[in-house]
Amino acid sequence: MNEFVLELHDVAVTYDSRTVLDVPHLAVSRGEVLTLLGENGSGKTTLLRLLGLLVRPIRGRVVFCGEEVDFGSARRLLELRRRMAGVMQEALLCRMNVRQNVALGLRFRGLPKPEAQQRVDAWLERLSISHLDDRPASNLSGGEAQRTSLARAMVVDPEVLFLDEPFAALDAPTRQSLLQEFKDVLADSGVTAIFATHDRGEALGLGGRVAVLVGGGVVQVGSAEAVFSRPERADVARFVGVETLIPGRITGEAGGLVQVDCGEVQLEVEGDWEAGEEVYVAVRPEEIELHDDADHVVGPGRNVVGGRVAKTVPAETHFRVEIDGAAPVVAVVSRARYRDLALKTGQSVQASFAARAAHLIQRAGD
Amino acid sequence: MELIWNGITQALSLLLQGNPQVLEIALLSLELSGLATLVALVFGVPFGALLAFKVFPGRGFTVTLVNTGMGVPPVVVGLFVSIVLWRSGPLGFLELLYTPGAIVLAQFIIAFPVITGLTMAALQQIDPKLLLQLKGLGASRIQLVAVLLWETRLPMLAAIIAGFGAVISEVGAVMMVGGNILGHTRVLTTATVLETRRGNFEVAIALGLILLALTFLITWLLTLFQQRSAAR
Repeated sequence: MNEFVLELHDVAVTYDSRTVLDVPHLAVSRGEVLTLLGENGSGKTTLLRLLGLLVRPIRGRVVFCGEEVDFGSARRLLELRRRMAGVMQEALLCRMNVRQNVALGLRFRGLPKPEAQQRVDAWLERLSISHLDDRPASNLSGGEAQRTSLARAMVVDPEVLFLDEPFAALDAPTRQSLLQEFKDVLADSGVTAIFATHDRGEALGLGGRVAVLVGGGVVQVGSAEAVFSRPERADVARFVGVETLIPGRITGEAGGLVQVDCGEVQLEVEGDWEAGEEVYVAVRPEEIELHDDADHVVGPGRNVVGGRVAKTVPAETHFRVEIDGAAPVVAVVSRARYRDLALKTGQSVQASFAARAAHLIQRAGD
Repeated sequence: MELIWNGITQALSLLLQGNPQVLEIALLSLELSGLATLVALVFGVPFGALLAFKVFPGRGFTVTLVNTGMGVPPVVVGLFVSIVLWRSGPLGFLELLYTPGAIVLAQFIIAFPVITGLTMAALQQIDPKLLLQLKGLGASRIQLVAVLLWETRLPMLAAIIAGFGAVISEVGAVMMVGGNILGHTRVLTTATVLETRRGNFEVAIALGLILLALTFLITWLLTLFQQRSAAR
């Protein structure tokens, strides 16, 4: 059995002669959950449709289970498509009852009725929608409709499952519970899943690998942890919530740490870089601590940037604090810390972060 | 007033007696218009689907033709079919003029654009994303169209009602190509015209009532099905 279920080699997709997707290489391993993370219009849906053999690339090769897909053969395309299934942002159910909707894919595959019924029953049960069995699909809540849509996809026992922002249209509590349930279903079935979302929380929640899309290209692929804490580009960094990006230039190395000259401040960061390179020092807001001016925080492996509070924004569990100074810094602080420091706009503070909590991003071409 | 009242009472007694001649005319009407509608469905639905989903050179012009066809005066269809089927016409050798076949042909030409146009309109209302979703679920082209027709069964039934309604109530073309021959090509509409001309109002009213009842009954059945589906 082939290690990769789907591979893309130098593919491009255009709509009305505008290139909307251009991917030099992407491979999806059997059984993995791959999250496509990107803003609206970044090409996630097009990439899903390409992998689902629903759009034709203008160049390049799509390989499914070791077989190069021949987009010219409608019959072969249909055979390959029947080994996949998908759930979209809208449930897109037909004007039939829940059971008939779930059975649709099996009907297309010509499965004998008794076996089809059995499989439908099992999935209605698994997704807790047995009681909706003969309910017209037009009469379902958003969450029920998405469960039906997932059952309809899973019942055909696909080798690859595509999920295109399946929770985007749902309210927050429904989204939370469904995400967990979808995650369990994916884990139990071991199906290879490709999940498109613009929601960072969903990408983190699903685990697995994350591929970040920007402007129709896959710009970074890695574990969720790596992508979120070590984005390789400034645009990816901003998108995954790395809000502090301090421009600087590498001057050398000392004590195992790269020295970065950022104008008014000198920073130390872990890494392996050449002197003279133009970089950003990137830090996640939760890695930054705030201190009173009086506090003595300088120490080995610790960077300090002084400045004044420019803006504080309360959030559900913390405060987001923007600091203007030697370099613009964004930190999140707990409510307790916020109170202790009695933070207010214009107040002078010190922001500190560990050398190993920061990383460097190449600035060239950015 | 008396004329109308007498006409209605006599018509009712004619109907209640079950006049075999009237019955035969009614059955023939139903048969020919039903067949014409059916043939128009067989050709019109796939053609409508083609126009809805495929882009090809000349598509815009074809759609305009279909839309024009939906409003074409039946008398022109009658003229056209008459000429084509005329003894010296291009299809004269078929000797179809003044036969039930000629009526079906004329009615088909009237119903075909109606059903094609309404099928196209019905299918074009479908969310293109549903199309992709169904393809993604492994639907072949034929399965896709079948599900979509089921999905649009409300407007599709309206298309059938419109097509059947247009031909069962048609008189000009049917008169021209069928000839209104008793026991052969005389249908409800042409018979009504004839009996009215003769001043046999009671027979004309009886025929008119049957025509109304038939149209009502069939439309009612289709509507019943349509609205039951709509409730789901």
